[in-house]
Amino acid sequence: MKILLMGNPNVGKSVVFSRLTGVHVIASNYPGTTVEFTKGFMHMPEELGFKGETAEVVDVPGVYTLEPASRAEEVACEMLKEGDVVINVINATNLERSLNLTLQLLKKKVPLVVALNLWDEAEHTGIKINVERLQQILGVPCVPTCAITGEGFKELVSEIKEAKPGGYEYEEEERWHEVGNIIAQVEKVTHRHHSLRERLSDASIFPGTGIPIALIVLFVTFQVIRFIGEGLIGYVFEPLFENLWAPLMLKVSNLLGGDGLIHNILIGRLVEGGIDFGESFGLLTTGLFVPFGAVLPYVFAFYLILSFLEDSGYLPRLAILADNIMHRVGLHGMAIIPMMLGLGCNVPGALSTRIMETKRERFIAATLMAIAVPCMAQIAMIVGLIGKHGASGLGIVFGTLFVVWIILGVILNRIMKGESMEIFLEIPPYRLSYLRGLVKKVWMRIIWFAKEAVPWVLAGVFIANILYTFGIVDFVGRYTAPLISGVFGLPKEAVGALILGFFRKDVAVGMLAPLDMSLSQLAVASVVLTMYFPCVATFAVLVKELGVVAMLKSAVIMIISTLIVGGILNLVLGIL
Amino acid sequence: MENEKVSLSDMKAGQTGVIVELHGRQGMISKLSTLGIRVGEKIKKISQQAMRGPVVVEVGRSQVAIGFGMAGRVLVEAAKEAGKR
Repeated sequence: MKILLMGNPNVGKSVVFSRLTGVHVIASNYPGTTVEFTKGFMHMPEELGFKGETAEVVDVPGVYTLEPASRAEEVACEMLKEGDVVINVINATNLERSLNLTLQLLKKKVPLVVALNLWDEAEHTGIKINVERLQQILGVPCVPTCAITGEGFKELVSEIKEAKPGGYEYEEEERWHEVGNIIAQVEKVTHRHHSLRERLSDASIFPGTGIPIALIVLFVTFQVIRFIGEGLIGYVFEPLFENLWAPLMLKVSNLLGGDGLIHNILIGRLVEGGIDFGESFGLLTTGLFVPFGAVLPYVFAFYLILSFLEDSGYLPRLAILADNIMHRVGLHGMAIIPMMLGLGCNVPGALSTRIMETKRERFIAATLMAIAVPCMAQIAMIVGLIGKHGASGLGIVFGTLFVVWIILGVILNRIMKGESMEIFLEIPPYRLSYLRGLVKKVWMRIIWFAKEAVPWVLAGVFIANILYTFGIVDFVGRYTAPLISGVFGLPKEAVGALILGFFRKDVAVGMLAPLDMSLSQLAVASVVLTMYFPCVATFAVLVKELGVVAMLKSAVIMIISTLIVGGILNLVLGIL
Repeated sequence: MENEKVSLSDMKAGQTGVIVELHGRQGMISKLSTLGIRVGEKIKKISQQAMRGPVVVEVGRSQVAIGFGMAGRVLVEAAKEAGKR
């Protein structure tokens, strides 16, 4: 049996999906979190009248209508043909919008069960729905649910076997009218006062108060990430590595004789007779320290805050405030989503460009993100490398990237055919994170990081060793010196970092540490490393999302802008 | 009470009215209608961002952000509030 979860965007389908299948997917409080179909399996329990079989459950991205106006809607219509049962997840706090889709599903004659989700929120806001009457009218089972707490799920699962195509007939042109009629029969709204939550909501979208609030939110976000990241590194991870792991590694080093190929690959080179986690560059030293000691604390801090912001519903409001700037670069406000996710890791950032409606927008968003938005792993390494010299170096790096983002965006917007789309989006109510949901979401992202990033970091450190041991860096360095030293003003060995940057940007930044460069050289190298090309994981996703031809175009843009920006920055910093 | 027909982009924040006309291609009209912006519906303009930024309106029970251009194609019969010029 194949069960499809369908409904409007941001009604909690992904939470319902996690409940039913135990497969955890990212759920947030803004429309368009789910951009891909997610499949999972659920056990159909005997005690609820099933045969104990396994059913496939598909989390379909949200749509407002089945009239195929957008790509998402076309895909949803296609999926509909494959489903045996559709669980139509509807928003109990907004029946009108939800029932519009329900009526369209009824017309398709698919076996249907309606889950009235966000039931608790509807009750809080004074909305009463007569479920029995709704069930009578639609002719399909209707179950009130609260996906976050799991209320109503036993009934929902049990009703799957009662799913039927329903008997509601109506004229297509009269659909909105019919929706209105149904609502008049089943819904009662008690009057209520403007709540604090709504006042806060209004304040965050009035220009006069919204922009100061946005600046405060961003500042606090930044400070909290720094506080948690620095705190974890300074008080937990560095002591762990220095006091426990380093002595152990030194013993291993002695055991291996202190030198030789295996020693150099596992431990790396000793700095003044000891392990230096930044410079030794062995698999067990730098290879483990980079992902766990240097990067993970910041990744954790970032995802904790991002997840909280996602759940709160603040991001769509930020999108409204950012809409103007985004239009300058050919995008609209919702493009803050790929940019923010890209700050965590460019891979989910690239995937989320699907939130943009047209190919042109997706191209611009993906290119700008890949060029000018460094991932948290890289940021953490840059902060570790340059932060020692004070904040000015960091200001140069991130300031330059921001200016590149704007200028390149304006240019792309000018030269690419087509206009930018306008923002059109439902603003969800503010919600507080549900603690268990938040913990799970952060945990999922950490696990994802460990699975996706750590192998690449180890591979990167390994390859870095091979490159040095066999003199490949020297060899390539000789030929690329005119570019690396001539244009960017970097030592020729820095080419090693550029080669490694294809694999992992954080390891690549780490490779700059032993090169003994000046602050301006470090700044130029960090900017160049961010811009010149995406890491292999991001590259693969971009090829899939944009297509080979568009990705090639994007790559050409990346390389040319790196040459120009790296060159100019070197000149400017040289004069200063 | 006197009524005037204005576009959503020209309405003032805080003003209410009833949607009377939607101009644009069928695709856009059906897109607007899915979020509750349909002829005959009551609407309230919540805010307007500077420099032709998006308009936020309240329709039915929820708030929707609409680009400035699109908002210009939604005509509303605005209720003139007493005491306001």
